[in-house]
Amino acid sequence: MTIEAIQEELIDEFSMFEDWMQRYEYMIDLGKSLPLIDENLKTDDKLIKGCQSKVWLNSEIHDGKITFTADSDAIITKGIIAILVRVFSNQKPQAILDANTHFIDEIGLKEHLSPTRANGLVSMIKQMKMYALAYQTQLKN
Amino acid sequence: MSFNIQKIRNDFPILSRKVNGYPLVYLDNAATSQKPQQVIDSIVDYYSNYNANIHRGVHTLSQEATDAYEAARKKIQTHFNAKETYEIIFTAGTTHGINLVANGFSDILKKGDEIIVSAMEHHSNIVPWQMLCERTGAILKVIPMNEEGVLIIDEYEKLLSEKTKLVFVNHISNALGTINPIEKIIQKAHKVGAAVLIDGAQSCSHIKPDLQKLDADFYVTSAHKMCGPTGVGILYMKEKWGNKLPPYQGGGEMIAEVTFEKTTYAVLPHKFEAGTPNICGGIAFGAAIDYLNKIGFEAIEKHENELLKYATEKLLEIESLKIYGTGPEKTSVVSFNIEGIHPYDIGTIVDKLGIAVRTGHHCAQPIMDFFNIPGTIRASFAFYNTLEEVDALVKAVKKAKMMLS
Repeated sequence: MTIEAIQEELIDEFSMFEDWMQRYEYMIDLGKSLPLIDENLKTDDKLIKGCQSKVWLNSEIHDGKITFTADSDAIITKGIIAILVRVFSNQKPQAILDANTHFIDEIGLKEHLSPTRANGLVSMIKQMKMYALAYQTQLKN
Repeated sequence: MSFNIQKIRNDFPILSRKVNGYPLVYLDNAATSQKPQQVIDSIVDYYSNYNANIHRGVHTLSQEATDAYEAARKKIQTHFNAKETYEIIFTAGTTHGINLVANGFSDILKKGDEIIVSAMEHHSNIVPWQMLCERTGAILKVIPMNEEGVLIIDEYEKLLSEKTKLVFVNHISNALGTINPIEKIIQKAHKVGAAVLIDGAQSCSHIKPDLQKLDADFYVTSAHKMCGPTGVGILYMKEKWGNKLPPYQGGGEMIAEVTFEKTTYAVLPHKFEAGTPNICGGIAFGAAIDYLNKIGFEAIEKHENELLKYATEKLLEIESLKIYGTGPEKTSVVSFNIEGIHPYDIGTIVDKLGIAVRTGHHCAQPIMDFFNIPGTIRASFAFYNTLEEVDALVKAVKKAKMMLS
């Protein structure tokens, strides 16, 4: 599935919710279902800076596609990462770099987008794109 | 004046707005207070009617602005009961005042001298002293606290010696709400000849300090914590220190005479007030002090204590909720966590319900490390908050807990 198709799917899913509470309950559920990353991968170099809660992000590349795994000590943050992992995992580096993440606004998570907001959705996306850039440079060489 | 909460709330235009579809419940007063119409009007009045640069023009506007600015300084002096008006130095805020003193002491301290701070300081109260110690070779010592979040005075006494040159504590901890026994701390420091700087940023909206009685050498605070605007504050320094400390910044206002060979500095307070100050901010700070005194600090304290007591009781009814900062002397701040739930998650949900609380480490990471927690949820109450707003907070926290567990 392309990033765009996954985004459309998410927009569709979230459109069923009538209010913010249902949206957040869904995100909390997503957070609970996020596959945990290996405890030994929760190292300081995997921590994303600029988040009020701790967020660890790990990436691997297989057959030219990046797989992300992540974890957080806060459940709403975990829900947000679960969504991002769903959008960006198993994609080629170039596709991640080119992605326009319009779904965030459309599923009602815009408030998490402010660069000053301490939960760091912006930092998470930036970090994912940084990994993509690093892998792409590797692939080219 | 009798304490009419509805009348008071009507003075604050922001309190009638909605957030996320709910009436705003503003419980982040320890971060900054809201502003009454009287303060807002003083800002509009200044820019509408007598905006001019001060202390230099002979024209009428400049005179009017200078008079208003200096009248504000006088009001502040009276409010804090400083001995002289020129002991009140206008600053950009608490942090600026602290840095001004730290800079002054870099000329006074020698290698091996000691500075004492408390374990419950805000980052802005730790970093300038660390920088000062790096520059001078002085050593930073820390007064420890106990599990209740109360400073251990016996340990403080052990730290004091003739090597101690400066003691620095906040009057009230921003993260815990603990009121520190500053009178005792000052007396003991003076016995060994050390100077004391008190950070009043968290206390001045709750308690009216008497600087002469306290005998503090330095006292800093910010206007925005006490219904005034941001970007302005004061540093009080005893005259003898004002004469001893070198100027902080060079510029206009702070000079007496300038030639290319030598500049002589202006007298207090102008020696420390380089450049065009925040004139409007200073005047509005004066208006804020008038406003608070009209309500009266006794009435403010009484109402806030009632809010604190009620909030503490009601929050503790929530299962597995723990309050940090449980000492007997506390101001209207409740810092708490619910076991197994990240404070950030609770903060996010209660915000959706229109409630403004602070979550995180409150710029006091050493305190969070002490309690071994990532942060807390902090509800801080002001005199314009109501018992109904406490109920709204408790209800929202319960809802968040239900959603998150």
